[in-house]
Amino acid sequence: MNRDEALVLIKDVLTDAVPGADAAALPQDENFRDSLEMDSLDFLNFIEALSGRTGLALPETDYPALNTLDGCADYVASHTSVK
Amino acid sequence: MADFTMPSLGADMDEGTLVEWLVGPGDTVTKGDVVAVVETAKSTIEVECFDSGTVGALLVDPGTTVPVGTRMAVINTGTEPPAAVPAPAPAPAKQPTAPASELRAATGSTTTAAGDTVSSPLVRHLAEQKGIDLSSVHGSGKGGRITRSDVEHAPTEGPHRVKASPLARRLARSAGVDLGALRGTGQGGTIRADDVRAATAGPPAHAVQSEPARPSSATAEPAAPARAAISALMSRANREIPHYYLSTKIDLAVAMAWMRDRNASRPVAERFVPAALLLKSVALAARQVPELNGYWKDGAFVPSHTLRLGVAVSLRGGGLVAPALTDADTMPLPELMATLKGLVSRARGGRLRASETADPTLTVTNLGDQGVEAVFGVIYPPQVALVGLGRVIEQPVAVNGMLTVHPTVTATLCADHRASDGATGARFLTSIDRLLQRPEEL
Repeated sequence: MNRDEALVLIKDVLTDAVPGADAAALPQDENFRDSLEMDSLDFLNFIEALSGRTGLALPETDYPALNTLDGCADYVASHTSVK
Repeated sequence: MADFTMPSLGADMDEGTLVEWLVGPGDTVTKGDVVAVVETAKSTIEVECFDSGTVGALLVDPGTTVPVGTRMAVINTGTEPPAAVPAPAPAPAKQPTAPASELRAATGSTTTAAGDTVSSPLVRHLAEQKGIDLSSVHGSGKGGRITRSDVEHAPTEGPHRVKASPLARRLARSAGVDLGALRGTGQGGTIRADDVRAATAGPPAHAVQSEPARPSSATAEPAAPARAAISALMSRANREIPHYYLSTKIDLAVAMAWMRDRNASRPVAERFVPAALLLKSVALAARQVPELNGYWKDGAFVPSHTLRLGVAVSLRGGGLVAPALTDADTMPLPELMATLKGLVSRARGGRLRASETADPTLTVTNLGDQGVEAVFGVIYPPQVALVGLGRVIEQPVAVNGMLTVHPTVTATLCADHRASDGATGARFLTSIDRLLQRPEEL
């Protein structure tokens, strides 16, 4: 998956995990846990859906890299094989 | 024969709007089946049936608001011959219930039974003529009754009254959506919360979260139904309950290390969050200190033999609900975690089950990751205690005479001094601390 594809998928997952969130309007370098007021359960829902869609394990130690759209896109792109 | 009545879905609920029936006359139902969807001022709730049998007459039409206790349907349980004509409904205390025939007659009209408790037929008629939603009118009469003058001075919503449920109105107000511009998918074109959500699915998240600018007119906008419900219950709590407050800081180094280790080897779906460990330890502590688990009723403390841990969940767009984690003390941690996830997502998605809102025996307010260090709450009557859990934060702590930094949480207790004393409360908070030092036993 390339970075652009990853970004589309991540925004999609985020919109599902946080009802009412508009991922398209979210600055890509902003911590979305803060801006969307996500609590740990919301974030876990997001991680769970992202893991389901990408097949990645997403260990807890990597959570800090997954707080922003940019961070997620980089992470997903670098952890999935480029098709 | 049994009655299916409008249930009380929380201590602060007086009335509810039937959104839809999921069964029809002649359907066979089993105890626990979801038979109806009800909207309260705060949320949409799926209501289960308490009896098994065959559905008889449906006495209330979708879109109708009725007081708690109103007969909504007859269930033929087979224990006695089904009566051809249902007997008149027993009137719930202080709230006269309209006979079934009257409710039937309300079909298609915009008059709802909600007005029965707050205004006279004359006032209702006037409100309808003027297109005013009575639920948004502040009653200045005796006992909060809406008077003719209240209606005459109320701001009108438009040339004709839009049919919409209370939750839909609240959502529309907070999102700045014009109800008149929406098409309702409910019975008779009633606008449901989902219709408003669909209409607001596009705008930026920031716009949804921030309150729309209020016009600075002299007449303040009446509080949204959810705020009014919270306000009534919390005012009563602060008026009637002599609260005492305790606070303690708990070192979570052991618990968090244990959780991290455990989560490392698990797929995302089986991972825990700190809240699960904290709630489980609160539940176990409540078992050890039963003086805090129960109700204050008729001037005495009545301990509860079961533990239904209320979990205060803040809703997007404001307000909160406190659904209950039943048997949180005996439930294994993985199950508690799964139940908690379901409970919170259903609360936020507006689809709680009635059994999940059954009055909790002790409530926990957890302001979570975005919250503050410590929270001192207000007890939900008739409960006698409220546990507050702050955010888990890295803080300096002294360990073996050395200063170090550990994840910590501040646990607080607000308790009813009529039911317990500070020493009891202290024992409870100490129990929580002790339990969290042995997370593998939770």
